Formats: sequence, structure tokens, C-alpha cells
Amino acid sequence: MNTVERLVHMVNQIAANLATDNDPVAATAEHILLFWDPRMKKLILEQDRSGLSTVAATAIDRLRETQNAG
Amino acid sequence: MTYQPQKDFGTPESRSSEAVTLIIDGREVTVPAGSSVMRAAAEQGTSIPKLCATDSVKSFGSCRLCLVEIDGRKGTPASCTTPVEPGMVVRTQTPHLAKLRKGVMELYISDHPLDCLTCAANGDCELQDQAGAVGLRDVRYDVQATHLGLEKDQSNPYFDFDPSKCIACSRCIRACDEVQGTLALTMEGRGWDSKISAGFASDDFMGSECVSCGACVQACPTATLVEKKVVEVGTPERSVVTTCAYCGVGCTFRAEMRGEHLVRMVPYKDGKANRGHSCVKGRFAWGYAQHQERILKPMIRQSISDPWREVEWDEAFAYTASELKRISNTYGKQSLGGITSSRCTNEETFLVQKLVRAGFGNNNVDTCARVCHSPTGYGLKTTFGTSAGTQDFDSVEDSDVILIIGANPTDGHPVFASRMKRRLRGQDGRPPAKLIVIDPRRTDIVRSPHIEAQHHLPLRPGTNVAVLTAMAHVIATEGLADEAFIRERCDWDEYSHWAEFVSQARNSPENLQPVTLVEADELRAAARLYATGGNGAIYYGLGVTEHSQGSSTVMAIANLAMATGNIGRRGVGVNPLRGQNNVQGACDMGSFPHELSGYRHISDGDTRRLFENDWGVSLDPEPGLRIPNMLDAAVDGVFKALYIQGEDILHSDPNTKHVSAGLAAMECVIVHDLFLNETAHYAHIFLPGSTFLEKNGTFTNAERRIQPVRKVMTPLNGLEDWEVTQKLAQAMGLDWNYSHPSEIMDEIARLTPTFAGVSFDRLDEEGSLQWPVTEDAPDGTPTMHVDGFVRGKGKFVVTDYVPTDEKTGPRFPLLLTTGRILSQYNVGAQTRRTENVVWHAEDLLEIHPIDAEDRGVKSGDWVRLASRAGETTLRATVTDRVAPGVVYTTFHHAVTQANVVTTDYSDWATNCPEYKVTAVQISASNGPTDWQEEYEALSERARRIAIKVPAE
Repeated sequence: MNTVERLVHMVNQIAANLATDNDPVAATAEHILLFWDPRMKKLILEQDRSGLSTVAATAIDRLRETQNAG
Repeated sequence: MTYQPQKDFGTPESRSSEAVTLIIDGREVTVPAGSSVMRAAAEQGTSIPKLCATDSVKSFGSCRLCLVEIDGRKGTPASCTTPVEPGMVVRTQTPHLAKLRKGVMELYISDHPLDCLTCAANGDCELQDQAGAVGLRDVRYDVQATHLGLEKDQSNPYFDFDPSKCIACSRCIRACDEVQGTLALTMEGRGWDSKISAGFASDDFMGSECVSCGACVQACPTATLVEKKVVEVGTPERSVVTTCAYCGVGCTFRAEMRGEHLVRMVPYKDGKANRGHSCVKGRFAWGYAQHQERILKPMIRQSISDPWREVEWDEAFAYTASELKRISNTYGKQSLGGITSSRCTNEETFLVQKLVRAGFGNNNVDTCARVCHSPTGYGLKTTFGTSAGTQDFDSVEDSDVILIIGANPTDGHPVFASRMKRRLRGQDGRPPAKLIVIDPRRTDIVRSPHIEAQHHLPLRPGTNVAVLTAMAHVIATEGLADEAFIRERCDWDEYSHWAEFVSQARNSPENLQPVTLVEADELRAAARLYATGGNGAIYYGLGVTEHSQGSSTVMAIANLAMATGNIGRRGVGVNPLRGQNNVQGACDMGSFPHELSGYRHISDGDTRRLFENDWGVSLDPEPGLRIPNMLDAAVDGVFKALYIQGEDILHSDPNTKHVSAGLAAMECVIVHDLFLNETAHYAHIFLPGSTFLEKNGTFTNAERRIQPVRKVMTPLNGLEDWEVTQKLAQAMGLDWNYSHPSEIMDEIARLTPTFAGVSFDRLDEEGSLQWPVTEDAPDGTPTMHVDGFVRGKGKFVVTDYVPTDEKTGPRFPLLLTTGRILSQYNVGAQTRRTENVVWHAEDLLEIHPIDAEDRGVKSGDWVRLASRAGETTLRATVTDRVAPGVVYTTFHHAVTQANVVTTDYSDWATNCPEYKVTAVQISASNGPTDWQEEYEALSERARRIAIKVPAE
């Protein structure tokens, strides 16, 4: 696995484990915001969403909005 | 201080709250009811002669030396077995007693060698002392037969057994039974033929079940059981109380010294973690501190293909600082990072993270807790509000049901395991606590002398969450939850959501049995026992955290404890057993890239400003890289320099090939360690470290107990580790001027609310303090969440079982799980350099007889262990301790490198590696793998040190 593949795997894994949260998309986006370093965030934001689950992909979109707003 | 052994009160302390007043030798003394007369006398300062009594074991009444006279009683009762009574009048010194005692001593001495002057215990022998105390001057007997001249048993590498000096007092047997709980020793024969034996007559100590904890040696009143080191160098002349640097139990020891020479480590009876007990590592395995392979001079090299060049400290610091600055200027400040160590002190750890945040200008700092207990931090912070265990170790004395999941305490945390076993044997007169063990292996505690687990659930590795959810299902659907507790202490809506989830039919034990392989009836019975058996305490270890759902499992454990009301008082709780000595402390000190000390997120402006004002720098508000992320970034070519204090990531971290690729891609790897460890193969700068005997500071153990580490000898390398980090910081232009670690602790206390009341002075006064130490809790906090959770309401988190992506299949049909063994510690850098190798000279692969037969493997055969990540070879041992389909090994030996095989799958929340689940195949082998051969060659090349040619 290269770094990007690993990040994609990680986001999917986070989303799967937060699937039972009240708001899985928000929880996944927040988790990445709180625990990933800026480069990791940048790399995942730059990727297309093809390898991501629906929740994971939506969470990355939400992350982008948060980053842009910030 | 002149050497004095610790005071021996003769019999154990009574915990009664009722006081009894009596008169001993004309003086009034008040003691707790249940105390012996001997103990009352000792507390008063009166020393009654004794031989078979010692305060670590129950009274025995065999030596007849401690006789006293009591008004109104006939005869001369033994003071050790006579409980105090109100108004009792006792005389300990009368002519009649003197005569009786002298007669008893005369009999003892008639069969004891009179070689006091050349005896190893000369000056530290209770028999010698008591002979003096009773005034024995002559032995009248014409002795025809003696036990003198019997052969010594010198099989144990750390202590000798000389039966000729034995007085058959049984203290060693009772210490092994009551304190250690191994029951390895017995009295063989009767009367004249009585002899201490390590099992059968044919057994020597080494061949017996003895675990070399040292309890028998400590209990022995003569030189019958004596440390080889005392035989070699003589008795100590002073002692210093300090803290063991091995596991997370954090035993307190007296380092007993001759000058700067350590003679022995003796467990300290007032140590609140160990209560006077020890294990083979802390008691005996400290020889690595003077091992010839220790590196004492700084070394540098331009390239990892060059030999090392020794330099002076000044050159090392200047060169290191210039390299770090060069890399920062060339690649940007995010290209640097650091790793703190759970083996180093709180103060050293705090300085390394400060160097990274304030000096390197980023948050790329992580700690080895990343690869062990980071899920504990995440899970307990989320559910309870604090990233730590809830109890002290004493709490286990009040447990009625002990649930152990993913921990092997008799190997990993042996001193606490002994205390736990004591409770499981019911030795205190109460019924024994019940035991539930959830583990893929039949660990020793499942069945040991006088202990048998009520339920052992041998689950399939990787299914912890499924098992705990099934237990929660039973509790929720059978009405076993403590609703009063939940309504008062937790968020009811979150509980309801959780209860609804776990109650779903898909989460029943029956439905999950095909996944977990745990029998549904057994699981139901275990859940009922935990929920209804009284005080239920959960103890867990890396078998919980080192999974792709490590954090979920921690939260699932917290859910169970809250649902059953097992939080907030003695005897209950959620207790992570920490692997290394200062895992808790390293986490507390802000070693994680996303948080400052006291678990406060780096993005929190108020917290950041507190540190910025104190340190005079501005801090990056973004989280930094975790260790695996650092290695990924290094492989990508953007992470270039790493300062590693006291860790060996090449050996300990998963997927060795990926770790080595990351390290090889860096331009400046700085290893700060005692030895040229495996990681140092890829290092450009080596800074020699100091041992725990050579520095001051504090460690924080698994029960949040902050304990002093005291310098007992000058660092062989010249500097304590905190000084090395400080001088490196100074070379980088930081204005640091600590003159003692106490000043670093003052800074920690200033900046960390939970440490507000901690200082070296307070620690010296109290011995230790359990954080939080605050205005509200000035003496610390033995039990957390007593009146409410730290986060307010306890949070139930739904933890759905998500199977790991590491799958078995036709190519890799078995599951490998890894762990540790009693005699070795972590990567073995310390213990492999001691005599402990006699117990574990190599990593072995445990394999079930069915799997072994399928592959034609016998015990002792070399086998090839292969996964998708890599392969290695090691020898097999065939045992039904592991279930069919599961294999197990340890990771203590660099030659084996179990982590060549482990993958880089990790916990979803923290990136803690999934060490405990790797799909593997086993096959016969006739030699080392290519990787092992290449690695051996690399090791040889990388460890070369250039020989200095003296100038003409």
C-alpha cells in the first residue's frame, strides 16, 4: 500500500467504525480533522472519491467545506 | 544512610479499624484488633526474638523463640500466633524466657555451620542476630549427626540454595505460597529428614516451577537462599528507594549499594504498587546496566554504510543541531519529528515533546504508546473523560469477579498478578473472587495452583468487539443492567440507543458464535457472572488494544462497566495493564501529536496560549504525524529527520520492511539509547543514554501513580537523558536552563491541571501520588469517577463489530497472535543482556497438535512462518494452549524478528498496529530466510565502529 492507498483505507475504516454514530459523516470528518496532520488531510482531499465508501466520501467533502470555511 | 534492612514487624498488618490497647514490658501500646502480640511489640519498638516469623507471610509458630509471658495465661505462648486483647499485660524479657530462648537457639546452632566470618550473610543474618540477642555463648551438645556439608543448588543464575544452612523455618515455602502464589516449594521428608525442596526430590530450582521472583530469598533468615551477587561482592552498605524500570506495575525497590556498585534490588515493603513483592526482571535482571555492549560515547557518521566515529559530546550536539537546521531549511520544518519513550522518565519525555513543539516548530511527536495503549487513551477519554485506568492495585482485594481480557498478567505484569491470584485463592478468609478469562490462549492464570477460571472464552483473534457485544446483549436482554446507576451517572438517551443496538438478535451469543467461536452458553454464563457476581473488575492488555478495533474494544469494555454499575468504588473499574514502565506517564506528558500534556487537544486555543506564554514560542495548532504516518511520509520523501529516545522501532513496530524503508529514506536518524539497537542500523547519530539507576525523575505506573526514580550511581555515559535533550535544545538555540528534573516537574505541574499538586518534595514526603493531584484532591486520587465521571455523564458508545481486513485464506490459513513472556521484556534489549536468557533463549512458535500434525511439525523443529508482509524462521513448540487455527510467538529476539511477519493494518481511531491478528502459513524449514540472512549481514555492517589511530 502506498500512502494514498493507506489513507483511503483509513478513511473507509473510520467511516465503517463510526457507522452507528448519530451522524456518521460528521463524526468521520471530525475524526480526521482532530487526528490527521495537514499533509494527510491535503492528500486525501486531492484524491478522487472512487475508492471511498459513501459515508467516507461525503465526510471528505464535509472536511473540505470545514477547511475552506476555516 | 548506613545500611539497615527494612524493619520486620514479624506478622502482617491488621486492617481492622477497631483499636486495642495493651501493655508490653510496662509500656502501653494501641494497635488494630487482630494484630499479633509480636506485631504490637514491634510497633512499640520492642524486638521479640524470632526466626520463623516475617511480616510478609502469616504467622506459623514453629521456631519457639518468640515466647512471651502474659498475665493470667498459663505457660509461654508464642507472640506471633497470639492476638492482642484489651488490657493484656505482656512481658517479653524475663529470666525464664531467656533460658527457654537460649535453649532453642542452642539446638538451632548445634546443626548450623559456624562459618559466620566467611558466610555471605555475615552481618545480615537473622540467625546470627538472634543468637546474639538471646546471649548464646556455648553449644553443649556433642553432635553426632548434622545436615552440614550438603550439596548446594546453584542452578538458578541469580541465587544459591545451601541446605546446610537451612533451619527449616518454612519462610521460603510460605513466601512462595502466599506472596508469589506459585507454590513451587515444599518441605520434603519429616522430622530429621525435613528438607526444603523445589518440587520433587530430583528437581533443582532451575528445573522446578520456580519463577525466580526472589520472594523466598527475601524471606530467608539465613544464607540458605542468598543472592549470588551478595556472595560475590558482600553485603550492601547503603540503600536508596527507587522505582523499577520494567513493566507498568511500577514496583518500588531499595537499590542496595556498596559505593556506586549495585549489590541487589530488594522490593520495598512500603511500595504501594508492589507491597514488598518483585519479579525476576525487577529483582534480578539489571545486569544490562553494566553490560559490555553499552555505548558510552556519542557517535556520528555521514552515511549508514559508514562505520561509526566516536566524538565528544560537544561535537555531537553541534553536529546534530546543524543537521536538524539544515534539513529544516531545505525541506521545511514539517520534515522533522521525534519519538518519546515509555521507558524514560516523565521529565525526559516532557522535554522531548517540548523540543519538537518549541524547537522543531511542529507537532510531529509521538510515543511508543502508539503501538500499545493509544486506543486506551482514545476509548477511555471518549467514554469516561480520562485516558487512564480507574483504580489502584489495592482495589483488587475488594473484587468479587475479575474479568481478564487480552492480558496475560502472570507473564506481563507478574507482581500485580500475584496480588490478583491472592484474591482468587481467597486467602484473606473471604470466598475467592471468581475469574473470567477472554483470550485465544489458555494463559497460565486460567488454571494455576488453587485457581481455576469459572469461564475461559477462547475467542478467535480479532473478535473482541463481537464477544463484548454478545455479553452486553445478555446483560441488556436479561434485565441485568444497573439502571439506577445508569440513570444517575450516565446519559440515559445514549444508554437507550446502545441497549437497543446490543439487544438486536444479530448480536446474541448464539448468532455471533460462528464468528467468535465462543460457545454461546459459556458466554451467557460469563456475562451473568460479571453482571451479578458483586464487585466486577475488568483488567485488559494489549490483546484488546492491538487490533483494528482496539479503540472500539476499549469503549465496549467501558460500556459493560457502566451498564453494570461497576465504576466509581473500590473493587470494580476498568484497568488497562500498561506494557512498559512509563506508558501512562509518556501519554500524560503530551507525547501524542494531537495533544499537549494532560490530554488537551493542540487545536484548543486557550491551552495552546498557556504553553506559548510559558515557553515563549508560538505553537502549530494542527496535529502532527503519528509514528506510522512519519514512516509513510519518509517513504514519500518529505519526512527527513527523526530523534528517537529510548525506543527501537525497527524491532518493535509492525511490518519491519516498511519501517526499514522509512528509516532508510531519512537523512538524519538520531538514536538516543543504551545500546546500538536495531533501529541504529539506520541511524546517522548515536547519543548514548543513561539507565534508570543513573538518573533522577519520575515514572507513572498503570494505576496513575507518580513515583520517584532516584540516581544511585554516576551515568557511565556522563549525562542523564534529560541533560542530553536539554543540551541538544541549547545547541539548536533554545534557552533551556533546567538544573534538576524537579524543575521540569514544576513546569509540568504549572501547565497541567491534573498534576497541579505534584512536586519532587511532595513525592519525597508521600512516596508516590496518583493523579489527579489537585486542590480538591491534594493527596491524589486512588479511585476515579467516584461521584461522577470526569466528562460529566458517562457516555455509552455503540461499537459495532467490523471484521479486520486481515483475512485467512488458502495461502495463509492460520492466525498469528504475538505476546510476551515473564523473563523477557519488550524487544529484549535489556533482558537479553542478562542471565534471563536461560529461561527464554529464543522466540518459539506455539502451534496446536492438529495444525502441527497437518504440517508434519514436531516440537523443536525449525519452521517457516510466512504472512503477506514477510517471512521468518523459528522453532516450533506443539501445545494445546493455543486453539486449532491459532499460532503464537513472542517478539523478544532480534534474530527472529516476529514483526517481519506482522502487517501494517491498524486501529481505526489511533493507528495502533494490529499485532494480534496476522494471517500466516507454517511450513517445514531447513534454514533462515533470505531476509534473516540479509539482516544479519546488515547488522554486522551497521554496528562497525572505526578504531581511532593515535597521533604519532
